[in-house]
Amino acid sequence: MAMSAARVASRRFANAVFVSFCALVTLLALTALALILYSLITQGLAGVNLDLFTKSTPAAGTPGGLINAIVGSIMMCAVGMIIALVVGVLAGTWLAEYAAGSAYGTVVRFLNDVLLSAPSILIGLFVYWTLVKYGFGHFSGFAGGVALALIAAPVITRTTEDVLKLQPTSLRESGVALGAPVWHVIRTVLWRSGSSGIVTGALLAFARISGETAPLLFTSLNNQFFSWNMSRPMANLPVVIFQDALTPYPDLNRLAWAGALLIATAVLTVTIIARVVSKDQHRP
Amino acid sequence: MPPSTIGRTAAVGAHRRPTPRGSAFEPLFRAVCFSAATALLAALGGVLVSLAIGGWPAISRFGLGFITSVTWDPVQDVYGAAGPIVGTLITSALALLFALPIAAGVAFFLVELCPPILRRPIGTAVELLAGIPSIVYGMWGLFVFAPVFSKWVELPAMSAAPAGSTWQTLVQGIPNGSGILAASIILAVMILPFMAATLRELLMAVPAQVRESAYGLGATTGEVVMKVTLPYVRRGAIGAVMLGLGRALGETMAVTFIIGNAHGLPKGMFDAGSTIASTIANEFNEAGPLQSSALLALGLVLFVITFTVLALARLLLRDQARL
Repeated sequence: MAMSAARVASRRFANAVFVSFCALVTLLALTALALILYSLITQGLAGVNLDLFTKSTPAAGTPGGLINAIVGSIMMCAVGMIIALVVGVLAGTWLAEYAAGSAYGTVVRFLNDVLLSAPSILIGLFVYWTLVKYGFGHFSGFAGGVALALIAAPVITRTTEDVLKLQPTSLRESGVALGAPVWHVIRTVLWRSGSSGIVTGALLAFARISGETAPLLFTSLNNQFFSWNMSRPMANLPVVIFQDALTPYPDLNRLAWAGALLIATAVLTVTIIARVVSKDQHRP
Repeated sequence: MPPSTIGRTAAVGAHRRPTPRGSAFEPLFRAVCFSAATALLAALGGVLVSLAIGGWPAISRFGLGFITSVTWDPVQDVYGAAGPIVGTLITSALALLFALPIAAGVAFFLVELCPPILRRPIGTAVELLAGIPSIVYGMWGLFVFAPVFSKWVELPAMSAAPAGSTWQTLVQGIPNGSGILAASIILAVMILPFMAATLRELLMAVPAQVRESAYGLGATTGEVVMKVTLPYVRRGAIGAVMLGLGRALGETMAVTFIIGNAHGLPKGMFDAGSTIASTIANEFNEAGPLQSSALLALGLVLFVITFTVLALARLLLRDQARL
């Protein structure tokens, strides 16, 4: 080789710098993230007790828990998921099965991808403007559910489309050859064979909306008391965490940490389930 | 051939097959699917239209002054949004500046250098952390990061700054741990796992032959990454970075906790500031008519900025595996 020793040495050195930089920043990033999890777990566990699951949010200085917020969050997420599943699966189906090559399909696909990562606070403002200000005339748990649905639907649309596109064309053709109408084939063959992918998408969408705070601030607001009534302002974990964390009272701060731990645990559990469900499937 | 045309060619040989039962519902099903897709489009359009209509009173009242003036005064009912707009751009740019080298380093480490036994656990951890709600990052910033940052960074930096120097101007502010720089760091921590996971996916999609032939020519690991695999996914990598930027621009919760929430232009890195999203989150529920219109107009500005960034990101990512 005609390469000079000095050049080899300088390349070696440059590579050593590169390798140590990568290792160092990975260590740094993992440390930062471990610190966050550590505070979350220690501070959060300090606030976990039976009251958390039996009592409603307290005023400062009195004992209380998060049951109204937990129930509110579950109900709003459920409403959001039902709407998002219906819209998302149907829209994804249209994009995959009916929109092949159409210009309108390309536009919808592109803008759905934009909506997927649009700032959630703007979605909150939109739902406030349409449902809270002119629709119901007041804050409500239902408006919160709709805001969450608008965040979850693009995710489900996207996964449904990706999953359906992975299904072989022969599957569609054999269904139709047996005499079934196309829509019947979609329902009974394609949705079924792609079900684990669609479920994965739904779980990821659920994980995403369960921690969303910004869109709920102007839609469901908050409620100090336990309530099943979705047509009225409703307590929910993210907004309770936000409000309690910003108070100067240590007991409310502790409650906020406990709530954050609950949400993070729920999100991580759902994400892990989603990974297990999608394991034997092609990852879209 | 689009699958929808298959069902119509029912005539086979001499026998004419009966129309399949239920095929009358075919157009209905198709229309329902079509309207679901259109609903998504309408939602995005609805966001734009509602922000424009709602923000119009403020925009028509203040004109261009709305984005150039720094006076945000609910008492006098005068609103200029330069402070939050500049705050949004500065914090996002700084967050990207901090997060990008680290996220890239993590992605390179995971793809090229990591011992195989650690690759899966670290990769999974990064992906899981990308899903943690931003409010958790915000709380950590407020309760854990801010006191440490104030004591070990802000106070020493401010007391060490010589009077009258540029350095002193840069570190102006109140050393209470919150402010522009602190918010940028928390934002960086928040977008870090997301960008690292996306870059890793991209780099793993580089065909093995490309990487191996570079190694075969005698390239070092650093040269393979910087001169072969990274240029190979260049467009996608830029798209991924812009998706991260889009997240930082629109992020509400991680920022609102720690930016200090002061209107006007920040005077230094430690000074309290505000972003568009934090201003909306803090003030919208208590706003008077003109103020809420001004906040909706602010939302419109944020919509335009993020839409541009996200649309560019999606265009760049289009040829890559969809992320």
